[in-house]
Amino acid sequence: MYKISKEKLSSLFETISERTPLYMPIMKNGQSDFYLWQSGDEYCDSELNTVRSAKDLFFPQSENIISFKKEDRKITVEANEDSFKKFVLFGVRGCDLKGIEVLDKVFLAQPVDEFYAAKRDSAVIITAACSRPEETCFCRTFGVDAAAPGGDVTTWSDETELYWRPNTDKGERLTQELSGVLSECGDEKVGEIRSAIASKLEKLPLRDLSLEGWGESTVEERFDSENWEKLSESCLGCGACTFVCPTCQCYDIRDYDTGHGIKRYRCWDSCMYNDFTMMAHGTPRPKQMQRFRQRFMHKLAYFPANNGGEFSCVGCGRCIRKCPSRLNIVKVIRAFGGSEK
Amino acid sequence: MQKTAGLIKKRALELLDDGTVTRVLAWSRSEDFIYEVSPTFFDKGNIDKMIYDSFCAANLSKYLIRACKEQTEGKILAVLKPCDTYSFNQLLCEHRIDREKIYVLAVPCTGMIDNDKLKKAGFSGVTKVIDKGDSLDVFTPDGSRSVAKKDVLLEKCLCCKGSEPMAYDEKIETDSKPFETQDRFACVEKLEKMTPDERFAFWQGELSKCIRCNACRNVCPACSCMKCVFDNPGSGVASKANSDSFEEKLFHIIRAFHVAGRCTDCGECSRVCPQGIPLHLLNRKFIKDIDDIYGEYQAGRDPASRAPLVDYRSEDAEPSIVEERGN
Amino acid sequence: MSVDILNDKLIPKIGVVTSIRQDTPDVKTFRVVAKEGETLFDHMPGQCAMLSVPGVGEAMFSITSSPTEKGYKDFSIKRCGQLTDYLHQIEEGQEIGIRGPFGRPFPVDTEFKGKNLLFVAGGIGIAPLHSVINYVRHFRNDYGKIDILYGSRSADDLVDYDEIVNEWSKEDGINVYLTIDREQEGWDGHVGFVPAYLKELEVPKDSTVIICGPPIMIKFVLSALLEMGFDKTQVYTTLELKMKCGIGKCGRCNIGSKYVCKDGPVFRFDEIDELPDEY
Repeated sequence: MYKISKEKLSSLFETISERTPLYMPIMKNGQSDFYLWQSGDEYCDSELNTVRSAKDLFFPQSENIISFKKEDRKITVEANEDSFKKFVLFGVRGCDLKGIEVLDKVFLAQPVDEFYAAKRDSAVIITAACSRPEETCFCRTFGVDAAAPGGDVTTWSDETELYWRPNTDKGERLTQELSGVLSECGDEKVGEIRSAIASKLEKLPLRDLSLEGWGESTVEERFDSENWEKLSESCLGCGACTFVCPTCQCYDIRDYDTGHGIKRYRCWDSCMYNDFTMMAHGTPRPKQMQRFRQRFMHKLAYFPANNGGEFSCVGCGRCIRKCPSRLNIVKVIRAFGGSEK
Repeated sequence: MQKTAGLIKKRALELLDDGTVTRVLAWSRSEDFIYEVSPTFFDKGNIDKMIYDSFCAANLSKYLIRACKEQTEGKILAVLKPCDTYSFNQLLCEHRIDREKIYVLAVPCTGMIDNDKLKKAGFSGVTKVIDKGDSLDVFTPDGSRSVAKKDVLLEKCLCCKGSEPMAYDEKIETDSKPFETQDRFACVEKLEKMTPDERFAFWQGELSKCIRCNACRNVCPACSCMKCVFDNPGSGVASKANSDSFEEKLFHIIRAFHVAGRCTDCGECSRVCPQGIPLHLLNRKFIKDIDDIYGEYQAGRDPASRAPLVDYRSEDAEPSIVEERGN
Repeated sequence: MSVDILNDKLIPKIGVVTSIRQDTPDVKTFRVVAKEGETLFDHMPGQCAMLSVPGVGEAMFSITSSPTEKGYKDFSIKRCGQLTDYLHQIEEGQEIGIRGPFGRPFPVDTEFKGKNLLFVAGGIGIAPLHSVINYVRHFRNDYGKIDILYGSRSADDLVDYDEIVNEWSKEDGINVYLTIDREQEGWDGHVGFVPAYLKELEVPKDSTVIICGPPIMIKFVLSALLEMGFDKTQVYTTLELKMKCGIGKCGRCNIGSKYVCKDGPVFRFDEIDELPDEY
């Protein structure tokens, strides 16, 4: 276990970013998001969650995958010049780390997504325990321990200190590079912080949310349920829930004519959009109810069916905060009983 | 507010009972969080779940577009706040909803709460809010505390258009006083005073946060196109992601132009933006310019009026005004 | 670490369209070969590939040629959208993007082996079956009797007409039945819809059936088959949904927990029964 005084955090960040680009939650224009840390930037610890999750660093909203040059009838393919440099990601919450693990199951499954794998391989992930969990948190339902989130390095904070514990080889190596700014310490203090967090988690309003009855076995019965009509009634068909979600991984591939060639890029897409499944002859999901149902059935039934029972939700609570119509996965879970309040 | 909610529910039930309407469009609340309020359709079976209080910010007018298409017989009871009636009128005027299918119950409003502001003011786990005129008593498991309304109301309510509904078949009257409002153009003037570079930097900072979720567009009662140009793959600017760093600005600027003269300033765009972008500023700039150039005009006040941008008069400003006004 | 981005499944190879055949007023067959000194990929009947024109788009098409036809891939493509509109106006020699193969093929080397086979196709639905038929013809001794029922709107809309009449029909042990929806001058063959014609035919009831065509045809052919005493476990089809990646990751071609691009496009009807009703 190591520690550093919170007053000296900027020297820690300075030391890391001298070697490797460093990303962390930074408040800009009133919202916290993961940005590249530059001298003078302040780590935003006051907001529990960034608006976009940490998935953005591995599966960005938009990423060039290839360029084409067209000349007469000939086409040449050029690999994307973006290299996959090492980077350090600081301040990742337990739920967002779990979100990345969910994405791993999709992108690292055969055939591996090389773009994702490269970034995953290049990153050192430093997590931050949640000293102030929010009322919308329900990560415990998905087996996340917000008091000890894991990753390559776990950090804990109290009023004055940041505690640092490497968990992996990558984390150890980074820690060695930082020996000038980190000092060794015992782990009693972290023990106290952890139990303080644990007792806060115990009191959260959604602590007992249960997924009983969800999973692959109930697909047919849940799919045909009348609940979906009522649940989706005020859905605006926007992509807010999808884009703030740490586990939503659907994407589109599009071409863009830059005037100097064609860029083929991959971008986030949302199953809530009406053109998501639109083909020349129509779509299998013409109604918003069907699109809404797809999103939640995917997270709570289809994904578990393909991934050994694991759900594609991590309980970060972003959808509770961000849906314009206040629809969210907790409402869906509750509507099917199991944990009716 | 509680009294008002009771009156609305009572009246809704009577109108359902006597067959005036077949269903009711209002709001319901989940059991988890006080701010989890969703637009909801009710019938006799679930009307007990209907609520009305200072968390019912959602403008219900736009839901009437779809509801009118579905409504085969009978009417829909639309519970509308004064500001929602402006959007209602505008939709009528654009023939997007069918007046014959709607029974409007106008309800009084004393300002709606911005939950993010409530959170920033340090409230968590709110269980109850009592309206005290200029302030609110906010109850949490830790006790209750008073907070000034101006600190926690939505931007759109701080610049309220007034307590008088612009359309209704019937209205619920109470003795509640309207909230004292701010000058809605003060924020625009601030932007106008900036140098072009400062202004660009301001919008760059705000709009670069945009995640292209389309919440602003989908909630906007003026964005009622059957198919948006940004959903057209052939347009080259199709939604979802920015193909270059200017595209999110393009999206918002085009949207602002398209709703210019039709935007009632309902403020829903800014309310729903997950990134807190003050999108209403773009629309207000247009409203202010239209007011300056063509004389004061409020979209949605009178469905029979002709909006300046779709009306020609010989005394209208010449196109050269653009040059004269500069930047 | 070294990352072979060009090896990613999303990155197309470049192929050359060496010949374009106009089959019907709105169907053309494109022959795609690798660039000199390169190879494309091996496929099995029923598998698909993503074709793309940079700047226009990318879409999934079933490979019409049989793997036994080495050195090229054929694609019979109906003009019906943005990309297909573009493809229909290109000329021979045009290069295009191609990546694949994607999906689960028909079980030609396992379940189909030794069986009598009944192919039922409608319109452009012949495209994926064409690959299976020519594969089966190539390994003729491995399969029993072959019946092919193919229908279209009109005689002009029958894809591969020359090959069907001059090659398939002339082979021993293969019966070809053609039909068109409405009477037409110069057509002395059968007139009527595919499902109705099917019921008139004497086909072995132990045949394995392979259907492809418009959804409405598939639906009525299936019910005709069940009426005739066939079991759903004997019947295969190939499905089509919007696809972007081809490898089960982009998330749009699922029916329940199955991805058509990866777990399909070939499904047996008893498998389809277990999926939610959304396709």
